[in-house]
Order: sequence, then C-alpha cells, then structure tokens
Amino acid sequence: MALSNVLEPAGSGFNFENSTRNIVLENGSEEGKIKAPKPMKTGTTIAGVVYKDGVVLGADTRATSEEVVADKMCAKIHYIAPNIYCCGAGTAADTEKTTDMLSSNLTIFSMNSGRNPRVVMAVNILQDMLFRYRGMIGAHLILGGVDCTGSHLYTVGPYGSMDKVPYLAMGSGKLPAMGILEDRFKGNMDLEEAKALVSDAIHAGIMSDLGSGNNIDLCVITKEGVDYIRPHRESIYNYKRQAKYKYKPGTTPVLNKTVNQLELVHETVQMMETAGSS
Amino acid sequence: MMISARAYGDNGKMKEHHYTGPVEHKFSPYAFNGGTVLAVAGEDFALVASDTRLSEGYSIHSRDSPKCYKLTDTTVIGCSGFHGDCLTLTKIIEARLKMYKHSNNKSMTSGAIAAMLSTILYGKRFFPYYVYNIIGGLDEEGRGAVYSFDPVGSYQRDTYKAGGSASAMLQPLLDNQIGFKNMENVEQLPLTLEKAVQLVKDVFISAAERDVYTGDALKICIITKEGIREEIVPLRKD
Repeated sequence: MALSNVLEPAGSGFNFENSTRNIVLENGSEEGKIKAPKPMKTGTTIAGVVYKDGVVLGADTRATSEEVVADKMCAKIHYIAPNIYCCGAGTAADTEKTTDMLSSNLTIFSMNSGRNPRVVMAVNILQDMLFRYRGMIGAHLILGGVDCTGSHLYTVGPYGSMDKVPYLAMGSGKLPAMGILEDRFKGNMDLEEAKALVSDAIHAGIMSDLGSGNNIDLCVITKEGVDYIRPHRESIYNYKRQAKYKYKPGTTPVLNKTVNQLELVHETVQMMETAGSS
Repeated sequence: MMISARAYGDNGKMKEHHYTGPVEHKFSPYAFNGGTVLAVAGEDFALVASDTRLSEGYSIHSRDSPKCYKLTDTTVIGCSGFHGDCLTLTKIIEARLKMYKHSNNKSMTSGAIAAMLSTILYGKRFFPYYVYNIIGGLDEEGRGAVYSFDPVGSYQRDTYKAGGSASAMLQPLLDNQIGFKNMENVEQLPLTLEKAVQLVKDVFISAAERDVYTGDALKICIITKEGIREEIVPLRKD
C-alpha cells in the first residue's frame, strides 16, 4: 500500500510515452542502431467444432519467439466464463490480456444481473475493443460456449471482424487444420467423433506447421459443464538423451570471493493485529 | 476476413505485415531453408552430422533432405543455408574434384578441398553463396580434421564446429563437453568415437526441442580409415 503514494496511478488504455524515444533509438546513428525486442507470438494451431451437445475447442501447446521454441507447454485455451472458453492465436501477451479483461467484464456482468453471460455478449465486447485499437492488438481468437440459446462458435479477428461458424481453425497452422475439418466435418456429430476430429485437425497443424507443436489440449463445453483436457494427446516424440550431463560440485571455477559482513544497526519489533490470532 | 496477411520476409522467414498503405515489394534472390550441421574431429576419425529437414517460412518442403554430401573417401561436406546455393556449390566442388583427379592422378586431400572452397566462395564476394559450410575429414596423417567457413570464404581448422539455424544452441554445449571450457577439476579424456556419436545424437535431440527449423531425422557420416559409414536417427517431426 505504501507504493500507491510513490507511483502515479495508471491511466486507461495504452501508454505511448516511449514511442518518440523508441523511434530515435531505432533510427539513431548507424553504429548505435538498436532493434526493439520482438513480442512473443504463439505461432499456433487452434480449432473449434460445434457438435450435437455443445462445442469442442482444441489447441497445440507451443509458443515460439521467431525461430526458438519459448514454451513447450503453454495453455492457449483461456477461461472466459463457466460456460465460455476462448482459444487465442497471435501475440501471446495480447491474447492473455484481452481474454483476462473479457473474463473480468463478464464476471461483473454476472454479478450485476444474476445471469450467466451469453456467448454473443463476449463476442460483442471483444469486437468492440479490438476494433477500437485498430488492429494494434494482435489477437486472433476462437470463442466457443453453450448458453441458454444453444451452442455457439465465433471467431474474432485482430481488426474487429467477427464470424459465426460451425467449425473453424486459426493460427499459422490453420491451413492444414482446415483441410481436415473440411474433409470430415458433418452436423450433429457425437462427442467421440467431434473430439477425434478436432484432435486430428490440430495434429495436422502440428505436423505441417513449424510454429505449432508438442501436445494437444482439448476443451469440451456442454450444458452440463466443461471438461478441460490438458493434455488430451501428448507428443509421441520424447527422445531421451543417452548421457547424464550433471556437473560435480567444484566444476565451476571460483575466480574471486569477497565477503561483506552486514552490520545489525537497529532492531524494532512491531506487533500486528491479525484476524483470528491465537 | 482477416486483412493482415502473412508473407515471407527477405530471408525466407515469416513476416507479418499490416496494410498501412502502398508497400514496396523487393525481390530477394535468397531464401532461408533452415537446417543445422555439425562436425567433430577426433584422433583418428571425423564426424559430420546434419538434420534432414528442409523448410521455408513456417512450412516444410521435405523431411528427407540431408545436408551432408560425400566428396571423397575421406571427406564429407555439410552445407546449410539457402538450398539452391548449396546444390550449386556442391556441384561445382564435385566438378573441380574430378578435374583435379584427372590432372593430378590422385584425390584431393581435406586441406586442399578446404583451400579450394575458400577461393570458390571468395570468387562470389559481391553476390555470395548463402551457405554455411563445414568440411569434415581425415588429413594426410590420418587424424580427424574439421574446417569451418563463413559465406564468403574465411575458414579455419577446428576440432568441432556447429553451423546453421541451431548453431548458437549447439556450439556452447560442444565448447563445454568437447573443449572442457568453463570447467575445472574435470578429467580431460580424449574423445572416443562412441562418445562423440552419443554426444552428437544428444545434442541434436536438444536442438530439435527448441529450434523449429531442426528436426525430422539426423544423419551422421562417420569417417575413419576404413571408409565412410552412415547412421540415421529419428528426431521430432513436429
């Protein structure tokens, strides 16, 4: 609480204070050219399918930072409401924060009105926000949920576009995934068929796209509840290294050692009121 | 539906662009096809290993495109970078090897091939071959030799070297395990063939975990005075 006296309260929206400084740094003198740090993208395959009793969402678990795998087990299916989940592709930070904000807004709505939020509300709030930021928020989302009006699957693009569809794939691996979905999708599938279809679509994305990989997460949403299966299918590639690369203590050379003795200057004891203290 | 389109950047890697007005598209004569190459020299053997994935942007062109090319009975070259230049460069090297054999009635030695490659690469100093080369073989005395190159022909003889997309991940590990760098109180045993092969396999398994351009399979060419032996090990395909 002491910090709130020191820092200024954060304003709303994005903070552009550093933009002129960044431009100067990037275009500066030839030797001093500094590149801005690249945000981590998820380079993903996500997919969703509407089936007889609800919606099945699927995602891979690899997050890449250009050509390096930054996270082998990242969670791309985000919680929005008890009956609505959202898969996110694009810039990792953008999808996290956008879905967090959406979730908070819908929780407030639920408390105010005493109702479960509808999927179309979530879509409208997202669309509104992403359009307002003119595509600067790189979030490509697939929203799925079941509410009192039925099961719905929507996609929202980074510029604010929206589409209501029975099946969809997004992310860098969407083309191979869409191939599988277009081939085998039919209306009113049962649960096992739908799970197999989404899982195979994500698997196609994982094998054909370098930005997707590792495991497959699934999320099944029905009127009764949600089954978040993480992981649904683990990667079969777990080649183990043959040798042990452990270092014995004393392997790291110690070049220099300085010891700073901390002097105890002054000691105070302050009693605190704690609730339920013994 | 989505206005932002994915396009290949100048070097073949994925680049995202937002439509903000007319954009000048430049034709780039180069592309980056990924792949990692590694060579290790021992007392009486040499190893040249490469993965077999050929990629461009986020797609895979082939899962079975090894990057080691056999030049003579005692020399193998590993080339990674732009595949078009790799193919042409190896064709030129093979032609020059034949010419040398016909004029001098003997095969080129590893050191001679390295010196020749340096000249060939520098000949295109102002429109370089976008290839990272590593030559592995046996020298005239039968000891292992590794020569590593940059795209314009600068080269040196090494004990071990990694090149290509995952080189920055592999080289420090080799420095530590083969060169015993940054370690004290460790018994510095000479590198045996079995240990070198096992190390190369482990190191590529790790590289495939974290580098998207490395994977599918690993091909190791083992060069000894008996000849050249190949070993193929599967790697992650995702």
